[in-house]
Amino acid sequence: MAIAEQNTIPLAAPTFSDNNIVEVKGVSKFYEPDIQALLDINLGFPKGQMTTLLGPSGCGKTTLLKIIAGLLEPTEGDVFVNGQLVTGPGPERAFVFQDFALMPWATVLRNVSFGLELRGMAKDERYEIARRYITNVGLEGFGEKYPHELSGGMRQRVGLARAMAVDADVLMMDEPFSAVDEQTRRQFQEDLLNLLSIEKKTVLFVTHSIEEAVYVSDQIVLLSPRPGRINKTVRPDIDHAASSDEIRRGKNYLDSVEEIWHELKGYLE
Amino acid sequence: MSSPSASVATPIASPSFRISQITIWRVLSLILLFGAWEIAGRVPISIAFPTFFETMSSLGTMIIDGRMAKAYAKTLEPLVIGIGLSTAFGIIFGVLMGLSRKFQWIGEPIFIVMQAAPMAALIPLVTFLYGIGVAAKVVAVVILAAPIIVLNCFRAVRNASPSLIQMCQSFQGSQIQVIRKVIIPDAAPMMFSGLRLGVAAGFIGVILAELLITPNGVGDLITYHRSVAEYADMYAAIFSIVFFAAVTVGLLEKAEVTIFRPEKKGAA
Repeated sequence: MAIAEQNTIPLAAPTFSDNNIVEVKGVSKFYEPDIQALLDINLGFPKGQMTTLLGPSGCGKTTLLKIIAGLLEPTEGDVFVNGQLVTGPGPERAFVFQDFALMPWATVLRNVSFGLELRGMAKDERYEIARRYITNVGLEGFGEKYPHELSGGMRQRVGLARAMAVDADVLMMDEPFSAVDEQTRRQFQEDLLNLLSIEKKTVLFVTHSIEEAVYVSDQIVLLSPRPGRINKTVRPDIDHAASSDEIRRGKNYLDSVEEIWHELKGYLE
Repeated sequence: MSSPSASVATPIASPSFRISQITIWRVLSLILLFGAWEIAGRVPISIAFPTFFETMSSLGTMIIDGRMAKAYAKTLEPLVIGIGLSTAFGIIFGVLMGLSRKFQWIGEPIFIVMQAAPMAALIPLVTFLYGIGVAAKVVAVVILAAPIIVLNCFRAVRNASPSLIQMCQSFQGSQIQVIRKVIIPDAAPMMFSGLRLGVAAGFIGVILAELLITPNGVGDLITYHRSVAEYADMYAAIFSIVFFAAVTVGLLEKAEVTIFRPEKKGAA
């Protein structure tokens, strides 16, 4: 029954406009001829906004993010960033990994400056930039520490600082908070929003937490389970100037959570 | 951003305190071993088994009268050449096998057979091919050390973290940068443990060659003193080679930590 109901919901119309920094056109991904991870995804990511890809495990949200990052190739379709066709990773995109992906043999400072190191920037210059971002993410004084000396939440701050340090327009975050505990996660969400209000990045965010998606996003794209399709787009319309408690008790927040939950319930059997 | 909510656990003891503690336990371990040796020698468990102090005094004499230096000059030549060749070849070929399936398919069957087979049994055969000179001993070292180094390097590189490789690619790291800045440092601990095992096997190779092919060097010291029943001298030679091998392997571990894995410093 749930499946039939789904099919009656019209797919979200692609919202292509000049305002979109990332555009996904007709992207499908098959792993084997008969294993479809994604099917005909058409999606626009508005510049300067935070768009979340939300859906149950196995709906292909990470796959879609990695295709946009240029780390995976789509079987069909194209991705454009700033109007340019994506053929691989690019300097205008930076990725924050679910498992942090920090080099255990490198200090926080070297990890954060790693993207700049790969570009061949001189040591003094890249370390200066890295120090600024280490301070921005709240890790001042931890530059000489090694990842194993940090907590999970702090490690992900390093991952965020590394992505910020390369000054990309688009920040892609793959379930960045899934490996940290709940209170760290909430603190991190607030910090991220504060940081983004200063840095003005476009963020592509992947999560399976409805509350997290509604709390941080301007736009939420709901993906259905395998094959992943766009099922619905929700704009929570939350005033991020309000305090965290006000937001979480606000009508828009609660309505959006309810609406999304209602939608996702349809996937359960 | 506000400061992180989680704090770093403060170490219970200062690093210098910990290191001195570790040293005490390690020295204790040696005292236990040598004490047991001394007691076993005094019992005695066999007339062919000297005490620890007898052995040490023989060792001192042999060092002073130059017998040790002469023997080691003979032993070290094939050992150093053999280990050098095995290391260079082993790392290059092992890394290539880790990076490329074709090299893996070519190399894996050969080296797995070489590692599994009792290569010491082939040492007499080596004499047929390479005679009784330095070359034969070098070959003996290489056939024992190289397979271990190759296979460990291969596995180390193949098991390098896919997530770190993807991270490096996402920041537009070139293929060379991915290998040099991520794969090699990530593989370093396992490569070095292969190197340590390989070097240890190389020591076995050179001593076997000296016992089975050409009686000279440290192997000859052992055989000769056994044949004339100077057991303290024989054990001194054995002790010296064990000590030398242990120190070499220990230095390799130091080199690994210093060059590739600074985060393990002080972790002991």
